[in-house]
Amino acid sequence: MRHILSLLMENEAGALSRIAGLFSARGYNIESLTVAPTEDATLSRMTIVTRGSNEVVEQITKQLNKLVDIVKVQDLTDGSHIERELMLVKVRASGEYREEMKRMADIFRGRIIDVTEKTYTIELTGTGSKLDAFLEALDSAAILETVRTGASGIGRGERIMKI
Amino acid sequence: MAETELTGAEIVVRCLQAEGVKHVFGYPGGAVLNIYDEIYKQEHFEHILVRHEQAAVHAADAYARSTGQVGVALVTSGPGATNAVTGIATAYMDSIPMVVITGQVPTAAIGMDAFQEVDTIGITRPCVKHNFLVKDVRELADTIKKAFYIAATGRPGPVVVDIPKDVTQHACVFQYPDQISMRSYNPTSKGHGGQIKRAVQMLMEAKRPVIYTGGGVVLGDAAEQVTALGRLLGFPVTSTLMGLGGYPAPDPLFLGMLGMHGTIEANMAMQHCDVLLAVGARFDDRVIGNPKHFGSEARRIIHIDVDPSSISKRVKVDVPIVGDVSKVMEEFIRLIQGGGDKPDQAALKAWWAQIELWRSQDCLKYDRASAVIKPQYVVEKLYEVTGGNAFVTSDVGQHQMWAAQYYKFDKPRRWINSGGLGTMGFGLPAAMGVQMAHPDAMVACVTGEGSIQMNIQELATCTQSKLPIKIILLNNGYLGMVRQWQEFFYEERYAESYMTSLPDFVKLAESYGHVGMRIEKPADVEGALKEAFALKDRLVFLDFLTDPRENVYPMIPAGKGLSEMILV
Repeated sequence: MRHILSLLMENEAGALSRIAGLFSARGYNIESLTVAPTEDATLSRMTIVTRGSNEVVEQITKQLNKLVDIVKVQDLTDGSHIERELMLVKVRASGEYREEMKRMADIFRGRIIDVTEKTYTIELTGTGSKLDAFLEALDSAAILETVRTGASGIGRGERIMKI
Repeated sequence: MAETELTGAEIVVRCLQAEGVKHVFGYPGGAVLNIYDEIYKQEHFEHILVRHEQAAVHAADAYARSTGQVGVALVTSGPGATNAVTGIATAYMDSIPMVVITGQVPTAAIGMDAFQEVDTIGITRPCVKHNFLVKDVRELADTIKKAFYIAATGRPGPVVVDIPKDVTQHACVFQYPDQISMRSYNPTSKGHGGQIKRAVQMLMEAKRPVIYTGGGVVLGDAAEQVTALGRLLGFPVTSTLMGLGGYPAPDPLFLGMLGMHGTIEANMAMQHCDVLLAVGARFDDRVIGNPKHFGSEARRIIHIDVDPSSISKRVKVDVPIVGDVSKVMEEFIRLIQGGGDKPDQAALKAWWAQIELWRSQDCLKYDRASAVIKPQYVVEKLYEVTGGNAFVTSDVGQHQMWAAQYYKFDKPRRWINSGGLGTMGFGLPAAMGVQMAHPDAMVACVTGEGSIQMNIQELATCTQSKLPIKIILLNNGYLGMVRQWQEFFYEERYAESYMTSLPDFVKLAESYGHVGMRIEKPADVEGALKEAFALKDRLVFLDFLTDPRENVYPMIPAGKGLSEMILV
């Protein structure tokens, strides 16, 4: 099953490699991983999307908590939550594609953020499945390049993770 | 007036002094020369010069195992650090509190492929509890304080502090923090009250209980409490390799070690119990064998451990209790004594009758009339001659199992071996660490001719530091455990398990200035041991020529279940 783990960790050199190392050493799965400092510059917030049985994910959570640099771990999928991912897609925008790409971007509520005679770069935000759907809707020959951030997640409503 | 500034090297020495460190095991080199210069000038702790960095770390590790204090090792950058890695991994697998200080190339040279540069933080990361690279001398004292704190608290473990050479030259005002608090590191010590009540209730309802103790009992200084609990309840007790000495082996409630080379009574009781109290043990593969086979019998499990990630890792438990084993045990005893409930005596009597039936098979019997020396006999005589009061270190292999089976440890911290990583070469340097910590104690290193050669150079350290260790070499001419597996599972194809060209160990010992003895007949075993231990200020190397075809029994083949033992 897919789980989204949210982590608060000390913003220290090497903290990321400890987490990556833990996942590879113990054979856990990382689907995506995003990290950046929080409003408190001494802390970083990470979102890890992983897959595994409940037992495996329980072990992952315990092992993460054991790392000295990690302040807090939460499994967002334990409760209701929101997740978003950002994607930039560079597409062909010449000839018949020019109108078509603009229309597709509008339908998916994407924004065109860079334009040349032959290309558009479209910015799209949403859940991973929405981004997948967008890519599927495009003519694959039109896609020149894609880049995705991986999911960031946050709990809904009053559910907050802070120290 | 401005406060006096100290160099990084002076700060390292002052920090160790502030931590009450008495012995540092190490080996000098370019990156740590400033630190060594400050060690030369001080008298607060003694430095023990080893002959290989691996030995420094094993010695510091065994120092910690035998005292409960944090062991300290100091090595240089590059090869100094890589040589230390086996020692660090050994300590990590057995949760030993240790601080290893490694030199590093100057900060400006890091990443430049400098001479003797290696990414020590990267290399050691998977085998330390934590590690630090100190890039600023102003962070040095706090970092060392943190290192000792992290190493010793919660589930203990080794911590590496990597110090670039320029940091040891730079100066700042020195202040050692009295205490440290880290928002990201707060180990749990007190067990959950409600869970403890549930656990006690479960023990009272048990018909076929077993107490299964592990290394956590020794590390958590809970031997006294576990012994009191076992006797209060009258329950059978078994121990892992790492837990030996946590419950007195001569006690009738003790079933012996369990696991791959455990006794019939211990393994069968473990398999067929209805309530299992696991104390500071982690259900590892050498202990319960195949988890599916273990799970084929229904039982309720209570698991006490300081590390939440050890709980429900290999075996799902019913009552998890996270906390210091000694504190949790005290709470158990308080509740049982206050509650007035007693376990079901009739059921317990029937259970003991079954256990005695298993015990009556006498699974550790061996040929006592043998004309060649039986290795088991040597360990039994060692136990008698030392009155059970020696510290016994071991290497890894058959000799290790015989030492565990036949030396009846009745105190914790006396049995020093590499259980988790299984590091051959551990025994001799470990004995050095133990002897430094306990100068007047009897220290025996039970070893094999394969293992002893992996750190044989340390015989010189023993000469220089005057360490009167007794080396008990069970010399069967084979890598015995490898040979045993080849006999059982590879149709007696003994691939590379026979060593020719063994040195003359008597002459070898003598060349280092020690006493060497070769013992070839069973009748000479006891006399030789007595003579060796009478030489209180000398290292004695006893080369016992033992039966080359002897095997360790019982044995559970890898991947099999607890009741699938191969017997004599």
